[in-house]
Amino acid sequence: MAKRIDVSGLHVYYGDFLAVEDVSMTIEPRSVTAFIGSSGCGKSTFLRTLNRMHEVTPGARAEGKVLLDDMDIYAPDVDPVLVRSEVGMVFQKANPFPTMSIYDNVLAGARLNNKRMSKAAADELVEDSLRGANLWEEVKDRLNKPGSGLSGGQQQRLCIARATAVKPSVLLMDEPCSALDPISTLAIEDLIHKLKEDYTIVIVTHNMQQAARVSDRTAFFNLSAPGKPGKLVEMGETNKIFTRPEKKDTENYITGRFG
Amino acid sequence: MSLTTAQPAGPGPGAGAPRRDLRSGSLPRYFPAALLASSAAVVAGVLLAFSSFGFVLWAVLTALSYTVIVVAASARVESGRKAVDRLVTSLVYICFALAMLPLVSVLWTVLGNGLARFDGYFLSVSMNGVLPSMDAGGAYHAIVGTLAITGMATLISVPVGVMTAVYLVEYARGRMKRTIMFFVDVMTGIPSIVAGLFVVALWIILFGPGNTNGAAGALSLAVLMIPVVVRSSEEMLRLVPQDLREASYALGVPKWRTITKVVLPTSAAGLTTGIMLAIARVIGETAPLILTAGSSAVSINWNLFDGQMMSLPVFIYSQVRMGGAVNYERAWAAALTLILVVMLLFFLARMIGRLFAPKSR
Amino acid sequence: MTTTDAPTVAPPPRGRRRIGDVVFAGLAQGSGILILVILAGVAAFLIVQAWPSLSANTANFITDRSWDANVRENPAFGVGALAFGTVLAAAIALLLATPVAIGIALFIVYYAPRRLASLLGYLVDLLAAIPSVVYGLWGIGFLAPQLVPVYEGMARNLGWIPLFAGPASTSARTILTAGIVLAVMILPIITAMSRDVFHQVPQGHREAALAMGATRWEMIRLAVLPFGRSGIVGGAMLGMGRALGETMAVAMILSPSLAVSWNLLQSGNQTIAGHIALQYPEATGYGVSALIAAGLVLFAITLVVNMGARYIVARGNKES
Repeated sequence: MAKRIDVSGLHVYYGDFLAVEDVSMTIEPRSVTAFIGSSGCGKSTFLRTLNRMHEVTPGARAEGKVLLDDMDIYAPDVDPVLVRSEVGMVFQKANPFPTMSIYDNVLAGARLNNKRMSKAAADELVEDSLRGANLWEEVKDRLNKPGSGLSGGQQQRLCIARATAVKPSVLLMDEPCSALDPISTLAIEDLIHKLKEDYTIVIVTHNMQQAARVSDRTAFFNLSAPGKPGKLVEMGETNKIFTRPEKKDTENYITGRFG
Repeated sequence: MSLTTAQPAGPGPGAGAPRRDLRSGSLPRYFPAALLASSAAVVAGVLLAFSSFGFVLWAVLTALSYTVIVVAASARVESGRKAVDRLVTSLVYICFALAMLPLVSVLWTVLGNGLARFDGYFLSVSMNGVLPSMDAGGAYHAIVGTLAITGMATLISVPVGVMTAVYLVEYARGRMKRTIMFFVDVMTGIPSIVAGLFVVALWIILFGPGNTNGAAGALSLAVLMIPVVVRSSEEMLRLVPQDLREASYALGVPKWRTITKVVLPTSAAGLTTGIMLAIARVIGETAPLILTAGSSAVSINWNLFDGQMMSLPVFIYSQVRMGGAVNYERAWAAALTLILVVMLLFFLARMIGRLFAPKSR
Repeated sequence: MTTTDAPTVAPPPRGRRRIGDVVFAGLAQGSGILILVILAGVAAFLIVQAWPSLSANTANFITDRSWDANVRENPAFGVGALAFGTVLAAAIALLLATPVAIGIALFIVYYAPRRLASLLGYLVDLLAAIPSVVYGLWGIGFLAPQLVPVYEGMARNLGWIPLFAGPASTSARTILTAGIVLAVMILPIITAMSRDVFHQVPQGHREAALAMGATRWEMIRLAVLPFGRSGIVGGAMLGMGRALGETMAVAMILSPSLAVSWNLLQSGNQTIAGHIALQYPEATGYGVSALIAAGLVLFAITLVVNMGARYIVARGNKES
């Protein structure tokens, strides 16, 4: 299921403002790729262009190519709605729908494409997705309770279950642990390890230890100068980036000299 | 940490995975606009051919045919989900058009019918000595009454309303605050005719039955106006930055001087906007004035405490009740006058609000 | 509701309370209390002045459908027919206005181009600026004549439904016309409340829906409408409160009458507010007192509806 992402020459604009400049990279399937960099360097903005979520922000647009296997998701006849069901997303703040039960939250996306899902199929999908998100044992007795009653970490795993229930091939995670305590963070990191067997995972994180722990490859983003657009500085295998970076900027950031 | 999976080797691992096509048939970008234009043209053509062209009929049929065709086309070319999305989009636009229809229609008919009699003469003579069916007379006495009654109502409600807002923002807390805020909200929902009956009941007790005068009208309007002034003033006072108050306290200025010298002047523009909108709201009130200030005055009366007083809205109503053609002409002209006054207040209020808005927003 | 308590800063410590502070605080608090007094006074004076006719009334005030109150003794009157007309007119208005208002609010918040949105919202607000007497004039002078052929068509084609049984009124001055005008008048109220809650829908919920491949409508269905429910319901109830008490549009469109009829295309119904406005100038004897009693009923109904609406909106705000 997992797919490769090939980005070439991508620019992201907010109105006339160039936010991210000329990014090209390859994201491998069945692996975890981490984006690191200081705040405002465009890594989240860039992440959102991988499933065209940036288009939700008025005035935002991207130029360039993003190939999902061989399919350019910016080709003229591509439907952003279908792109997003192929490339799922998990956000910084867990956002289960507050009026829906845990059960309905998991099914919310899957039901969009398949209205006539049988009860048995729905039950099975809910269980599979929750098991996949390491949440089943904790919530199986209260599936009909609202999702907002869970702890922060459980809510985030519920959101991951909701995203995987749509059967995407790629999962984008935008700082999924920044609002969580260390124990919940560990649970999510374990989950990420497990999920990479089936999905291409891209994670934005502020936490360099986290990037080192969970990712196979790491991309470092930075502003070329204050007020200038963000750009990709360097990308490579995680332990190489963290031990022998090629660029001075990367080394400074990794060693904590700025950012 | 193992990095073995990071090698970009071999053919993509997607072999055998179900391949989802991200493309969907999609209607061209220009399709909705082109379809709308052509439906409008075709419907107009058909209606003209049957010589039954009416603006509303044309608009309704155009919207209908556009919606049907776009949904059908989308369901065929795109997908069922897209078709539903387009249907809702179409409905949402229609809803907005439905709201504009009466707005335009009211303004248009008032303008069209009102202009016949709307002139210097109409604005400068009263109905004194004019028989209802005579081709003469104007609304001057009603304008006078509206100014006097609304002015008096403003004089009553502004101090009470603004001071209540000051109390709510600067002093009150706990249960008292919640109670007053709740009842101010409830008070905004009092039907205007009930406010009129309240003053009628009060006047019977104070002055005996059958006493109608402008002051009674002003009081009933004040009942309606106070809660509006409170709510808008409250919002404006809350916009005043807390730093300003603290700076003043730090200089040793007492609280009441801080409020009168810092808080109120800072929010003056906002308060004015709110008060003007409140005036615009009550200046068109009719029902309470029929009960309290009477509906049969024909002469100019500047005295709020002596006898019936005509006002523009009541003038419209009483002319309609007489029912003749010339009465309707007067009613439309008075309606035009009233709308112009209300719109003027509305626009002035917006201008003041925009020009002098606090910079902190 | 803006219930955010402005963090009240304690004035600098001082030995004695200044006279100015005491007076000013007293004035402010007095104004607040005056509002409660006025509201209580409305109820009290209405009751006091309604009492003479209510105690002399020989009919059941709540259920009776006649209005023989303009006499010096033994009045017989009740609000039965009027209450029916009031609720019917408000129900029609609510039924017509609520879906349209939700559509308008969605349009302004999620569909209209960003730059135009506030201007378009302002246009809808203008609907609320038009005085009710002008709506009444428009209703009787323009809308009703336009509706005559429409009603005739409805009676011909839909006459088998009791609500639309013919023959249709030849003047179209019926409860349906009144309901349509009321719907226009309450449209901006419901729209404003719905817009407020739609603006408050957390971005996270909307993005969550979009990120799993929802279309715009599916995003609204999943994230916006469930979140906005309390605001919509509260707004609809506020609109209903307004429709129940609205006087002029009804008084000008409907003729004086005391009938009870489910037929929307024929004249006959009247509302409490309209009845008061139409009858007041001719009231003699127990007449004024009886009308005040009718007003008391209206006050009670609108009070309950408005308090309910405020409660629902406040609860919704707390939950979110």
